[in-house]
Amino acid sequence: MTIVLTPTAEHDVVARDGLWMSAAEAETVTGWTLKPEGMCRAEACVPMPASALAAGAVDVEAFWRKLGGPVVGSDAGDVWALGAPADERNAVLEGLQAPDFTLPDVDGVPRTLSQLRGRKVFLATWASW
Amino acid sequence: MWQQLYDELKDKGFMVVAVAEESRGADHARPWIEQAKSSYWQLIDTEHRLSDLYNLVNVPQAIWIDEKGRIARPPETAGSTDHFRRMDLKTRTMSPEDQAERLAARQAYLDAVRNWVRTGRHAMAADTARASLPRVTPEIAEARARFRLGVWLRRHGRAAEGDRQMAEASRLYPESWSMWRQAADLDEVGKASGPEFWARVRALGDKPYYPPPKV
Repeated sequence: MTIVLTPTAEHDVVARDGLWMSAAEAETVTGWTLKPEGMCRAEACVPMPASALAAGAVDVEAFWRKLGGPVVGSDAGDVWALGAPADERNAVLEGLQAPDFTLPDVDGVPRTLSQLRGRKVFLATWASW
Repeated sequence: MWQQLYDELKDKGFMVVAVAEESRGADHARPWIEQAKSSYWQLIDTEHRLSDLYNLVNVPQAIWIDEKGRIARPPETAGSTDHFRRMDLKTRTMSPEDQAERLAARQAYLDAVRNWVRTGRHAMAADTARASLPRVTPEIAEARARFRLGVWLRRHGRAAEGDRQMAEASRLYPESWSMWRQAADLDEVGKASGPEFWARVRALGDKPYYPPPKV
């Protein structure tokens, strides 16, 4: 098994030669669906070069780089991280809608920022270090 | 840390969300959280996901979010100042003047939050807020991915490899104190405020460690 870390999730997939995986697993990991036009999400499609496609399989590393996102792997190639593309982060922040997130509280109860809609929120970080 | 502020304003449609950027996990943060006796949200962010989403570089930083979920003020230093840089490292004390200035700056910041909650003052106009946002570069995006991978490798007993990924993240994004200090802390508790930290702070020269908020 290969582990793929995305900004919000961790996936176990069957991959070979880096991040070649089935179109179904590629969709689970990236949220993009393989169609004749390319990899698609909602209305958007990213055309895929023939070199990144083979009989129902997708080279997710090539696709992610085409999106403009970073792809980094462990020495053994068993764990990978796909980072959010810089342009995507900037576009969201420039829209000024606070990016939503869900994080656990200290007892593991998940809390979601958008549950607080209707109130002013002071969102602050801290750390023990 | 924010309990008094929250108690004062909770009936005015106000909430505090404190997020611990803490890759060692909830149990490591728990003593501080219990000591704070807080009734606002105290969340644990082992992957520094919030820093990724909002492009944060240090703690404490705060974002002010209005009733519609819009960013009223982009990330800013939340009440801390650079006076600690002049602290006597042997006795770990500050001069009375620095101590007083530090408290006054913190008070002014908290007053600004109060003002915003009560009157809406200090919320930035959209174009000002947009211009104040820290821009994400491809190097920063790669640093975030390497940091994420490094935390995972560390947690799974691959410390040396994890360290290497985190060091590369800091090289790509040297402005992020959170990445550097978290990596140091994962290596050894206390290292994040040890001699290497102070050397990095001194290397800032005239640049701020905590850029003052422009409230």
